[in-house]
Amino acid sequence: MKEPQRIHTPLTEEICERLSAGDRVLLSGSIITGRDTAHKRLAKLVTEGKDLPVKLDGETILYAAPTPPRPGRVIGSIGPTTSYRMDPFAPLMMEAGIRGMIGKGSRSAEVRDAIVRHKAVYFGAMGGIAALMSECVKKAEVVAYDDLGPEAIMRLEIENFPLIVINDTKGRDLYENATSRHSMAP
Amino acid sequence: MNAIREIPCEKITDTVRDLFIKASTDLGDDVLSAIQGAAQSENTQLGTYSLEKILENAKVAKDQSLPLCQDTGLAVVFVEVGQDVHVTEGDFNEAIQEGVRRAYRDGFLRKSVCDPITRANTGDNTPAVIHIQIVPGNTIRIIAMPKGGGSENMSSSVMLLPSAGLEGIREHIVEMVKKAGPNPCPPTIVGVGIGGSIEKSALLAKKALTRRVGEPNRSDSRLSELERETLAEINALGIGPQGYGGKTTALGVHVEMMPCHIASLPVTVNIQCHVARHGEAVI
Repeated sequence: MKEPQRIHTPLTEEICERLSAGDRVLLSGSIITGRDTAHKRLAKLVTEGKDLPVKLDGETILYAAPTPPRPGRVIGSIGPTTSYRMDPFAPLMMEAGIRGMIGKGSRSAEVRDAIVRHKAVYFGAMGGIAALMSECVKKAEVVAYDDLGPEAIMRLEIENFPLIVINDTKGRDLYENATSRHSMAP
Repeated sequence: MNAIREIPCEKITDTVRDLFIKASTDLGDDVLSAIQGAAQSENTQLGTYSLEKILENAKVAKDQSLPLCQDTGLAVVFVEVGQDVHVTEGDFNEAIQEGVRRAYRDGFLRKSVCDPITRANTGDNTPAVIHIQIVPGNTIRIIAMPKGGGSENMSSSVMLLPSAGLEGIREHIVEMVKKAGPNPCPPTIVGVGIGGSIEKSALLAKKALTRRVGEPNRSDSRLSELERETLAEINALGIGPQGYGGKTTALGVHVEMMPCHIASLPVTVNIQCHVARHGEAVI
């Protein structure tokens, strides 16, 4: 298996263009979290042209809500939620500056097109290994929508967060490729 | 006449609390050995890598008492109450809810329950979904099942045509898993409920998921055969661990069945992610 590429945020057009579906990546730097309700709220503000509680320009967003940390820990267990629920908002989020998305599961055709158009990237993080992944989070703080509890928007400092490129700037899709390659169906 | 046995509510609360904390941090040996077996036979590098990470995660979670997954679930509780039990010192349902409340607080588990419309979090992961059955005996058996939302979202109940038969049921199950693709965190366990009414088929499917992973249906050989064949077909789809490709798309298919109306054929497919958490205790 090819060695993973080490990449640091903020992601740029150039970084995204170098990534191909199936590449393993160890991501370090600053990212934000946000999922269902946070997306709905942000999308409303963007549509109305209002100020956002967090800047999105060049940001990478992880679709996640961690468990509460035990005393003395930076964060509880953390891992991706299923991404398709953010599909209705993702093209608008990319228009507003989001460059990288981290989640799990398939994206819609509209989102995949927007990834190509905006030279962005969608990474898959493994679901169900959240205890292990919490070790890659070095700092965590809530930066918006505290009222959402676990769904609040957080800023995380991550180190060597293990990811895999699902959708790249060329319109490729790891899931489609992998399934068709390994299908033994008649 | 059998003597009535008294069980205080506090005992029920403590049991429920401990079951949910343990299930959330300590992956059962049934799941562990199924994953270990799959890691040996998986034929893709990314698939094998994913299965190894799942095993590594289980070790870290257990050693550090960390939840296996950030989605510590909606609390589903199956309770079998012996008819010779008298629950004392409180409200039986509330005793279970309080156990869930304490588990999610004391175990630092994520509170993942909200108002369906406003999406406001209830703050303590209650209400739990409780299924109660009255059975002979003087004990209470409790099964705790923290159920993740991602795999639940890939589940559904349908009313097939009665003429669909066993073949139609099999095709439907495989199609559901295919459509779900990478979304429910494969390798999954596929719970299937056939027959009954619409809500009973869902309950049968959920109950099927409380079985030890890969344990066949022992009451009806048609069902154990259906389980075996469907599993083989699912694992030929190529989806693989995490959807990264491979032959481990599901670890097991568990089917439960009961008779239904002559006009109907209800089928529920309830998908469970690889973090298949369930624990049980008898009081």
